Amino acid sequence: MTPILETQNLSKAFFGIAAVQDVSIQVGQGQILGLIGQNGAGKSTLMNLVGGVVQPDSGTMLYQGKPYAPRSPADATHARIAFIHQELNLFTNLTIAENIFIEGFPTRGRGPFRLIDRAAVRSQSRAVLEEVGLDLSPDMVVDRLSPGERQLVEIAKALYLDASLIILDEPTTSLTTRETDKLFGIMRRLRQQGKALVYISHILTDVLAIADQIAIMRDGLLVTQEPAENFDVNRMIALMVGRSIEQLYPPRTSKPSREKLLELSGISARGIVQDIHLTIHQGEVVGLFGLMGSGRTELARMMFGLDTFEQGQIAVNGSSLTRTSARQSIRNNVAFVTENRREEGLLMNINIADNIALVSLPSFAAALTQIIKQRDMVDAVQQVAGALQLKSGNIVVQPAKSLSGGNQQKVVVAKWLLSQPTVFIMDEPTRGIDVGAKYEIYSIIDQLAAGGSGVLFISSELEELMGMCDRILVMSRGEIFGAFTREEFDQEAILRAAFRETSNGSNGSNGA
Amino acid sequence: MSTLDDRLNPAAVRIMPVAKAEAASRRAERPLLAFLRRVLLSDYFILYLTIFFFVVASIFFPTLSAPGNIANQLSNMWPLLAVAVGQTFVLILGGIDLSVGSIMAVTSVVGALFITQTLDAPTFDKSPLWGTLISDQGGILAGSPNATLIGVIVMLLLGTLIGLWNGFAITRFRMAPFMVTLVSMIFFSALALWLTASRNISGLPEDFLVLGKGDIISVYLGPKLTPDIARRDILPMVTYPFVIAVGLAVVAQFILSRTVFGRQMFSIGTNRRASEVSGVPSRRVMTLVYGFSGFCAAVSAVLYSARLEIGRPSLGDGLLMDIIGAAVIGGTSLFGGKGSIRGTFFGVAFFVLLLNILNAMRLSPFVIDAIKGLVILVAALLDITRTRLINREQRS
Repeated sequence: MTPILETQNLSKAFFGIAAVQDVSIQVGQGQILGLIGQNGAGKSTLMNLVGGVVQPDSGTMLYQGKPYAPRSPADATHARIAFIHQELNLFTNLTIAENIFIEGFPTRGRGPFRLIDRAAVRSQSRAVLEEVGLDLSPDMVVDRLSPGERQLVEIAKALYLDASLIILDEPTTSLTTRETDKLFGIMRRLRQQGKALVYISHILTDVLAIADQIAIMRDGLLVTQEPAENFDVNRMIALMVGRSIEQLYPPRTSKPSREKLLELSGISARGIVQDIHLTIHQGEVVGLFGLMGSGRTELARMMFGLDTFEQGQIAVNGSSLTRTSARQSIRNNVAFVTENRREEGLLMNINIADNIALVSLPSFAAALTQIIKQRDMVDAVQQVAGALQLKSGNIVVQPAKSLSGGNQQKVVVAKWLLSQPTVFIMDEPTRGIDVGAKYEIYSIIDQLAAGGSGVLFISSELEELMGMCDRILVMSRGEIFGAFTREEFDQEAILRAAFRETSNGSNGSNGA
Repeated sequence: MSTLDDRLNPAAVRIMPVAKAEAASRRAERPLLAFLRRVLLSDYFILYLTIFFFVVASIFFPTLSAPGNIANQLSNMWPLLAVAVGQTFVLILGGIDLSVGSIMAVTSVVGALFITQTLDAPTFDKSPLWGTLISDQGGILAGSPNATLIGVIVMLLLGTLIGLWNGFAITRFRMAPFMVTLVSMIFFSALALWLTASRNISGLPEDFLVLGKGDIISVYLGPKLTPDIARRDILPMVTYPFVIAVGLAVVAQFILSRTVFGRQMFSIGTNRRASEVSGVPSRRVMTLVYGFSGFCAAVSAVLYSARLEIGRPSLGDGLLMDIIGAAVIGGTSLFGGKGSIRGTFFGVAFFVLLLNILNAMRLSPFVIDAIKGLVILVAALLDITRTRLINREQRS
């Protein structure tokens, strides 16, 4: 039997960094392939290659036995490959039927008078909706559907296109248990009909339960592809994690004290985070690990006052708050290096000096007139830029956007350093920067802790947390699901907590 | 420009001597091209363009350079400059204020209704204010020694309040600036017509009229043949409107470039979310900026009303394009985060000159409007090209 899809030595690099390297996998007819790996292991890139979203640097693909080289997502659709993305690609302002037929509506009439055949749209969409067990009117606007229902609409769309290969990228993250069961039922039925499915998920037990074959990726490489019977959860995690930590991290030069700088007690917001208790001590680097969608970024935003929470308190700088705002947090000496530099960190078109001065601008102004003492400001900015070894031209002329990613991140850090905070919340501070710049950011984190600040280091790269933190908290589905001190650091145990696989007792017992 | 550049940017010189040398050799090869490039990239580009147009047009229409015409065109500039300053502030935030024209109209008529000394019963008894604020004795302040002072204060307050309302609606209710100020534009322009039963209000006191043309420095050109020089031959060059509008512009430029408030305006206009994360009080800044725009519109209304000697319900009609056009020509970006009062000043000068030339060509008003629109388009395109060139220069 020839497989429906076969990749042969596929490779793809972005900006010189290999995302997928020499990967060969196979999916057969009537088969579900489970594809797993850590964040950034290359799963999504591999599937984007199959879906025509990006093109490989080298390697080939065979689809239904013939060479297949999609130049665009439209080519993939044309070849009857359906790709259901993690972030759903539905038009929420259109109806269910319109979404299903968006690639091509049934029409009547001819030439310039071709009109959409509304009756056919309705009857055909009703048929596919029935097939996925979605009892809704095709005229309903997608905006009003739950995440689970939207997922089913995506699958209905794939059915309408009569796809032979359906790729599902983390389809269950936003689904309830019942919706997940329903989805699995449909997936099994599709398998019986002889379709091939690729199922990407972080929920390992689900993958074990439904997949026939399991492929594991790590750092862009395929670790193995074997029948599902060969795996248990422990083996899956061990293969996903792989190597041990190398000397990528500067040594920590300080120990945390008992002094509490910031304490969260019982922070909750319905559907986002639940009963979070968390303390950051003086001189401490606390890691916050979690998979995408675990609520770690949302928690950070609530702590800093960009989003609101419903219950709980934040104790910081001697006051106890039930609500806060960015301005209040800044007054309380809290800093927040946000996840995305471009949208929330930098003023891209504005010069470096004004970027760095932004948070502490009022402190450079004369009391009454609010006139900025430009020389004081530039001196202070220059000092902090020098301390961080920022590589740039003239800081009062050069705009932030002209810097490399690592130097941009330093500008964001410098901006907060200048306001002399005691608590740093850093959300993915090393994302998208090269190894050398990462090391420098790690050194800054160590220096902050040595200087008596507390750092909350949020990352989806477990290795860097293990390299830098005194303590790691694990978030899963909005809850803190495990806490590990440095002596207890163990990749498998931490990942198990993140995946909610709690077979040994190391979680929860240490308190947060 | 290279010497100016060197002074401003010593680090760049140190880091990129090779690039500099290459650029210099390029310049030597094509001196004319290099000159044009330097002019195009200069901050004073619009000023050069204005002077160039003036010189060329003066050859074809000698009346343009007649001292009387220059004095007249200058006096056309000041009220436009005042309102354009406020608009520039709003544009830097990434917003837009469509209501400035109707703020001018409503402040003009309200001020006039307060201070007018004569009102005509048969026309104004249709106004809803007849019998309360106004009567056949004129406005409520008619004859009061402080009429002008109070009238002007009322106008400025009213304009500021309307602007603050715009800002409040935009920040608190999260409505689009276009929407909010469009509604204000329609509402206040209708209000101005309703209050006055759609008539101009004349009979303004003499000391108010001085605000529109009172001169401080004037010149007389020509032979002195008689002991007395006729008043109309004296050309007012520095007038009250000049002092008021330029004073406003200088203060605005100072706020923009030297104060915390100004930096925060640019940061909001560049990236509002990042600014809020960094603790910039975006709502307060935005509300105050719209308030300032209303204030500037009111200043402009004072100057126009005093110059025209009437309170006019249609005062701001058709002026919006000139105001936004002047700001855009002066290099202010409609996307926010970029602009200067200096640029707007040049833009206003350019616009007034353009209108003067088109009028001298005796074109119909419709053709003039069409050309004005085209000029704004060309200015916007030019600005994009300049930005691209400047970026390329920074990279090389």
